[in-house]
Amino acid sequence: MSGEHAGLLGVLIAVLGGAIRVGTPFLFVSLGECLTEKSGRINLGLEGNLVMGAMSGYAISYLSGSAWLGVLAAGLAGALLGALHALLCQQRNVNDIAVGIALMLFGTGLAFFLGKAFIQPTAPRLPAIALGGWSGSPVVRAALEINVLFVIGALLAPAMGWFFRNARWGLMVRTVGESTDAALAMGLDVNRVRFFSTVAGGFLAGVGGSFLSLYYPGSWNEGLSSGQGLMAVALVIFARWNPVSCFYASLLFGGAAALGPALQSVGITWGYYLFNAAPYVLTLLIMIATSSSRRTLTGMPGAFTR
Amino acid sequence: MRLLEPLLIPLAALVVSLLLFGVFVALAGHNPLQVYHSIYRGAFGSWFSWQNTLVRASPLMLTAMCTALPARVGLIVIGGEGAVVVGALAAALVGIGLNGVFAPVAVIGLMLLAAMACGGLWVAAVGALRHYRGVNETISSLLFNYIAIAILNFLVIGPLRDPASLNKPASVPIGSDNMIGNIAESSVHWGLAYGLLACLTLWLVVRRSTMGFAMDVIGGNPRAAYLAGLPVGRLVILACLLGGAAAGVAGMLEVAAVHGRLSSSVNAGYGYAGILVAFLARHNPLAIIPVALLLGGIRASGGLLQRSHDLPDATVLVLQGIIFLVILASESLYGRTPLSQRPGVTR
Amino acid sequence: MKRRSLLKGIVAAGAASAVAGLGSRAAWAQSKVRMGFIYVGPRDDYGYNQSHFEGKSAVARLDWVKAVDEENVPETIEVVKTMESMINLDGAQVLFPTSFGYFDPHILKVARKYPEVKFLHCGGLWDASKHPRNVGSYFGYIDEPVYLAGIVAGHASKTGKLGYIAAIPIPQVLRNINSFTLGARSVNPQITTQVVFTGGWSNPVKEAESANSMVDQGIDVLTCHVDSPKVVVETAEKRGVYCCGYHTDQSALAPRGFLTGSEWNWAKVYIDYAELIRANAEIPNLVRGGLREGIVKSSGYGPAVSAAAKQAADAVRQKFMDGSMVVYKGPIKDNTGKLVIAEGVEHGQTDITLESMDWLVEGVIGTTKG
Repeated sequence: MSGEHAGLLGVLIAVLGGAIRVGTPFLFVSLGECLTEKSGRINLGLEGNLVMGAMSGYAISYLSGSAWLGVLAAGLAGALLGALHALLCQQRNVNDIAVGIALMLFGTGLAFFLGKAFIQPTAPRLPAIALGGWSGSPVVRAALEINVLFVIGALLAPAMGWFFRNARWGLMVRTVGESTDAALAMGLDVNRVRFFSTVAGGFLAGVGGSFLSLYYPGSWNEGLSSGQGLMAVALVIFARWNPVSCFYASLLFGGAAALGPALQSVGITWGYYLFNAAPYVLTLLIMIATSSSRRTLTGMPGAFTR
Repeated sequence: MRLLEPLLIPLAALVVSLLLFGVFVALAGHNPLQVYHSIYRGAFGSWFSWQNTLVRASPLMLTAMCTALPARVGLIVIGGEGAVVVGALAAALVGIGLNGVFAPVAVIGLMLLAAMACGGLWVAAVGALRHYRGVNETISSLLFNYIAIAILNFLVIGPLRDPASLNKPASVPIGSDNMIGNIAESSVHWGLAYGLLACLTLWLVVRRSTMGFAMDVIGGNPRAAYLAGLPVGRLVILACLLGGAAAGVAGMLEVAAVHGRLSSSVNAGYGYAGILVAFLARHNPLAIIPVALLLGGIRASGGLLQRSHDLPDATVLVLQGIIFLVILASESLYGRTPLSQRPGVTR
Repeated sequence: MKRRSLLKGIVAAGAASAVAGLGSRAAWAQSKVRMGFIYVGPRDDYGYNQSHFEGKSAVARLDWVKAVDEENVPETIEVVKTMESMINLDGAQVLFPTSFGYFDPHILKVARKYPEVKFLHCGGLWDASKHPRNVGSYFGYIDEPVYLAGIVAGHASKTGKLGYIAAIPIPQVLRNINSFTLGARSVNPQITTQVVFTGGWSNPVKEAESANSMVDQGIDVLTCHVDSPKVVVETAEKRGVYCCGYHTDQSALAPRGFLTGSEWNWAKVYIDYAELIRANAEIPNLVRGGLREGIVKSSGYGPAVSAAAKQAADAVRQKFMDGSMVVYKGPIKDNTGKLVIAEGVEHGQTDITLESMDWLVEGVIGTTKG
């Protein structure tokens, strides 16, 4: 059992497994944010949805005995916060980014407040699908212990891409995001489209939170999220508002987060704080490289060009 | 009458948020009136509580500026946290390096300058990226925060670590002579004066100078500003520079007035709260003073809520969140209240 | 009677020179003993903060004690204000700020301002020559049960590779890692301990990721020194490897793979202090103690622990109990090959020099540098 998987191959597999494990919450939050931003609003508060989702998912799973009810509850909690964001932002002069920050504060505060009672108990967790059964190596098998939520997320990404390109509703969302004037000319209710996009986005972010508490790392406490919800917002820009790219970007971020511990576990111990900063530096560099004041980003909703 | 709006709307919003919060604590099984009383007692009920509030308000005044000033040119920057860290780092390096070389007054002055310069440049980079490369300033400033914190942690546990700092990795002290003391006999350090001074100065810049006027033009309509021949890029970067410099001072205060050295705790969480203060003050440097006092007071009362009502510490987070949300929602009321005599002409 | 003699017995250097200011305060005798507790994290984190909260709850049950506490207090000016607030608003006579980072500069600063209040810090190294007399520190030799856990881990491991997930490289963490490793290597000198520093006291995703990476590398016993061991213990169980708990009893979280764990028993410390204060007695500035004094203990053995392992660990436990066990006995090399404790040199558990440990023992894979 030992030896065969030591060294860099082990790191590679660990990073791959980590990409999936750590990346799944990123995936859900970024898909949610992508949907919201396509409709022309930024919801910076998805960190609040994520934490609130993690808490309510764990709480409901514990109280009901069903982890899947927990996931649903997490989504609903996220949707509620999303609805709050949408309703506030459609008022005149109300800044969507500021509301996002406020909701982040409110969501995490509420989750911590209500979540006190659920730090101790052990709730039923989500099961995993063993996709690595073919392999003789326990390492590969462990890396391929895939959660159903990841599969759903992986399918959701191309589905959302298709939705934006081909579905009528998808076109509506895009039109509203590209140009309010055009949307009004087409007789679309801008606020309503944005409302549903933000609520659905909030739902997805809540589900992403339930992955944290119900699967990986799989418990509820106040330090559970280290800002994944905030990072996911950055990730959407990184992925240029393309749901399929969100999927790849989430894996990349997840893998980058797994890199530090993986390198230390084979004895490369220098500068782990700097390795921990890798995802941020990477995003920043790519943002700088792909932005230009002359050229609007491909895929960027029109409402974002000021 | 319209002059009353900026005063009455936030006050009404505050009352509404307190009522909502009252409902919340009542649902959680506590007597709202007693909780209100404790908040008052913990924040403003005695000279002791006032000092408690003031000492928390001063860094908030400074970090709020990091969001308020860029907001005047239309940028939403949330990089106060990073600027605090960078300012603290710069101040600590200067303080350690010059400890005993120059007189304390000079060391403190140089620490201040270094913190302002580094905090300012850190956030100015965000503004420059926005202006010249079109990089979203909100996201880039967020990333800058994480990067600054990672650099701080790396330095504190690695190259800058004082071997004598046993169970809390930290740099060597900057020397007790180089510390900023408390105001008179109080337990409030001189950082309060720095905060007030920054608010007043920047208010004058924003409200009374041509530059401030030009910034407002840019914030209102960048295209018009271009057409009017304003140096948009320079002003955008300058606004970020000033905001970052203010937040850098908050970092310097953590080193020179609180910790006396560099440790991971110099990042004391004032950056994100500062964003809240800036928005509540509608990016007006003068209004930041009372808002920072209010927020400082709420935070100061958190401990008493825990100890006398057995409420979790997240209670004050919830209260801050509610106030923030209600005040933001109240933004839509400006120009629509009965106080605004000629509706429709506004904005 | 026993307790008093215990406290006296375990007081190390400096106690004699320390005269508590409390002696003069006879007025307090009629009223309750008022104690304030401050935690850096949530009260119920399944770990460090919870262990103190449990201690506080135990002492608060005494009808002549009034105890207040505050959670999630950061190591900034916040803790200064919390301490002052407990003194001024709650009339606290003695404060227990429990996080390492509270000590310098915060406690030292406030203690000078309130000479009549006692500040007892968990883990700090009180120094008679530098620190105010109304400051004291208490800590437990938790590395004793950790050493025992190392013995059990050494017996349980088939791959000879152990994993330690730690927050940051500070002396108390390093001492635990070293004692664990020395315990394991007393069973099998070929055993290695891989260390991963997560960089923070509470970072569940990194802790889980570190645990997974280490299991991928063939490590088959995991333990940790972070604020809440819950994630590490549960991840180990999920991956089917053994684990040792820390801070509190985590056996329920890993019914199959849990071997043993190291727990605090702060209730004992806090009740002792409360009684000293009530009796207006002098409070020692340094209180230390291990298994023998009951300040720390081992969690019960899990089902996976072999009889031989139990026997070996219990034999050493006996030596800790009678005071004959010395963990740090030369020659000991660090993991860079340098001789850190020379042949013939012994550092007993009470030796204060062990509390500024900055090296990792031979057999540990990792570095103390960031």
